[in-house]
Amino acid sequence: MRSSPAPGAQRSYDAIVVGAGHNGLVAAAYLARAGRRVLVLERRPVIGGAAVSEQVFPGFTFSVFSYVVSLLRPEIIRDLELPRHGLQILPLESTIVPLPNGDYLGSWGDADLTRRELCRHSARDAEASVAYGRLMVQMAQAVKPLLGMMPPDPTSLRPGDLKGLLKLGRHLRSLGREQFHALYKLLTMSSADYLEEWFEFEPLKATKSASGIIGTFMGPRSPGSAYVLLHHYMGEIDGAFRAWGFCKGGNGTISQAIARAALEKGAEIRTEAPVRQVLLERGRAVGVVLGSGEECRAPVIVSGLDARRTYLELVDRRALPDELLEQVQRFRFRGSSGKVNLALSELPDFTCLPGVGAHHRGAISISPSLDYLERAYDDAKYGSFSKRPYMDIIFPSVIDPNMAPPGRHVASIFVQYCPYAIEGGWTDARREAFGDTVIDTLSEYAPNLKSAILHAQVLTPADIERTVGLSEGNIFQGELALQQLFFLRPAARWSSYRTPIPGYYQCGSSTHPGGGVMGAAGRLAAQRILSDT
Amino acid sequence: MLKTTPFHVRTAPLVLGATWRRWAGHAVASAYDWTHEREYAAVRNAAALFDVSPLHKYQIAGRDAARLLDRLVTRNVSTTQIGQVLYTPWCDAQGKTIDDGTISRLGERQYRLTAAEPNLRWLQQNAFGMEVEIGEVSDAVGALALQGPLSRAVLDAVAEQPVDGLKYFRVMRNRIAGVEVQISRTGYTGDLGYELWIPAQGAIAVWDALIGRGADYGITPAGIWALDVVRIEAGLVMLEVDYQSSQHAMIESQKSSPYELSLDWAVRLDKSAFNGQAALRAEKARGPAWRFVGVEVDWDSFEALFRAVGLAPSLPTIAWRSSVPIYRGGEQVGYASSGCWSPLLKKYLALAHLEAPHFAADTPVEIEVTVEHRRKRANAWVRKLPFFDPERKRA
Repeated sequence: MRSSPAPGAQRSYDAIVVGAGHNGLVAAAYLARAGRRVLVLERRPVIGGAAVSEQVFPGFTFSVFSYVVSLLRPEIIRDLELPRHGLQILPLESTIVPLPNGDYLGSWGDADLTRRELCRHSARDAEASVAYGRLMVQMAQAVKPLLGMMPPDPTSLRPGDLKGLLKLGRHLRSLGREQFHALYKLLTMSSADYLEEWFEFEPLKATKSASGIIGTFMGPRSPGSAYVLLHHYMGEIDGAFRAWGFCKGGNGTISQAIARAALEKGAEIRTEAPVRQVLLERGRAVGVVLGSGEECRAPVIVSGLDARRTYLELVDRRALPDELLEQVQRFRFRGSSGKVNLALSELPDFTCLPGVGAHHRGAISISPSLDYLERAYDDAKYGSFSKRPYMDIIFPSVIDPNMAPPGRHVASIFVQYCPYAIEGGWTDARREAFGDTVIDTLSEYAPNLKSAILHAQVLTPADIERTVGLSEGNIFQGELALQQLFFLRPAARWSSYRTPIPGYYQCGSSTHPGGGVMGAAGRLAAQRILSDT
Repeated sequence: MLKTTPFHVRTAPLVLGATWRRWAGHAVASAYDWTHEREYAAVRNAAALFDVSPLHKYQIAGRDAARLLDRLVTRNVSTTQIGQVLYTPWCDAQGKTIDDGTISRLGERQYRLTAAEPNLRWLQQNAFGMEVEIGEVSDAVGALALQGPLSRAVLDAVAEQPVDGLKYFRVMRNRIAGVEVQISRTGYTGDLGYELWIPAQGAIAVWDALIGRGADYGITPAGIWALDVVRIEAGLVMLEVDYQSSQHAMIESQKSSPYELSLDWAVRLDKSAFNGQAALRAEKARGPAWRFVGVEVDWDSFEALFRAVGLAPSLPTIAWRSSVPIYRGGEQVGYASSGCWSPLLKKYLALAHLEAPHFAADTPVEIEVTVEHRRKRANAWVRKLPFFDPERKRA
């Protein structure tokens, strides 16, 4: 998708967005909707950042990086009329955990079925699961207002911040004792410890705790991982929290839909237009210089890139205060996940559930025990990828047959841990070894896998960094650790989407409320810009 | 015992949640899966297979076949070509709607009429003195609706002749698994789709062929819950849900004219004499008192009603079929007769009857919402129907 001005036409812009990732596009769409003339500049030939669908092999379409949808804010879907622009979310109903003993643990789209399945393993957990589910929905509801809120600076006495703090305080007080305590625990505990309070069946604890480690260089026993667990509960589809869906056509369709909304409102999107630097004049941002040397000017420049690139690469560091530079340098990325995309001649035949069945329509999780996940982390902690990794697998072609030729399939395998900082650095040989480890591990549960593989694409954090520009391949543009959240995201005093440089703003997942295909940061940044200018 | 359809031996084992329901005296599935979520998605994403055999079907043949139908319905049958299909309502002498359905012209003097309710007596009464044979073929003909963006690909894979050239509201003869069938480019979903008219004895062979070859295209047997949602998105009226047959109504106000159902496009006042013509002409001149419109509930206002009691908004999981008051400026100005959350459009939608002059598109209204046992009102807008109208439906 592109739109260009007529040749020779000199257009002027009110705002330039750097990077056509989903947050950049959301910001552009909201600005355009408010009547601003917006130009979006994207380095790659495709828009979407890490939310892209590409035909990596002829006839096989992959959500190359991010691959499911849950956190995308409903208000953005409504405001930008994304369904009219092609967004279609399909159900992803179940999660199946194949176990080493040949059995499995299933969670299905129906409460009775799930309960019956859980009872097979632990009647106690089946009951606890209901109470746990209720509390987590209450928690998600409690945290939800924060997602749409600009983080107030607790050390500031500015009226806007005070108002925000007051609102926050009132909100926390309204939670009641049980929910406040649960929130406190979720913010401070490890996901393993938190789940140990509820459940006894190992695969259940492990699978639930997996949400707490995704995209983060922490194990399930690392304090703070419980927050990431909660972060993944905040997704809501059609009013239901903790609902996951699959975007028809892959996650690139989300980006395309947002882009169409922006284009319809008059925004302009240029691909293969890498921004080399943000132009500063008398301390203000006034435009950008492209890789080609071309200059584009606008009084507002919005960076959708991560904090490291936004502050350390796009602008002259001398324009920034030392305390901010220090914080950004310390901002933790530490990409920890890899991705393996497979084109398949047939679906994997799982030993625990032979044949093709309902389980292929949902997720398959390789998370047999907390120890398994913690050991996977241990490998990463000491500089190698997990010998027995955690995996979250879906078969998009089962849900959307257009993803592969009739009768053929695609598999999307999210893998953890695959550290950015691998000992000796990433090489082609190490990438291949990582891919083999993933396929070998999965083959233990589905022996026909290897013979079914037509093509494989293996992506390490280094590949993610090189391809889409996410520093250290961190899928959230910086870890979702407590010290990097809310008014500390990406840095104290600069969580308001503004930067110290007048006219220069940030809108990526490095800002509140962080990563996942959520769009909230892009929307809040646009609101900030519209109220400032 | 309820009657079963010719596909029952195949559909029965698929009904996992025992969600049987009645349709015209037949047992049919509300959903095959435990919920209808996936079946609904198949209509908009791949290909859904509905067993619509309980429809009433009449074979009408003979010299006066067209004359009879033209006398009966509000659309012009005499100009219909062989292979053409018409959707049409039909009325009593007062211009009030009895039923609605399709007429397929299958041959020079051969037609098939589908109806939601039994119409044999009404047909025979209207055929008085005409040279026409009316055959009830409801049990002899099984019907499947294959609907969704990949329905064409499925049929091309199983049918002897390609269906690529079959235009919207056209019907063709074809053969599937050796069975002689008719395939019409029609449906009740507002999507690309086909209906297959199959001799009952060949029903199982056709079902098996579709399910077998369709697997690669995500074919999914789907029940009435899924159909309910898609037909609301498509803005299609349903007899005995959205309106009552004038032959069943106990009082005048329970009857609706085609104009009141917003079916103006299907009323041809200028054709030869038909039931209700004079009444409809007069109604058109004075303007209908009611219109059948779409209503879209304002999300923020809906959500706020629930937030006020500390709850997340609670959406209906299946489409509702009940009368819900609609207000404007404090006065009731009509009622919604069905509604659902549209997972595709991400909107809370309803189909409603509104009195003049409140039915213009984008008129702000209020709809009753029950929140924790208390009746509240959420903001809503009148919308033009259909809510969803993809290009592929006609392309």
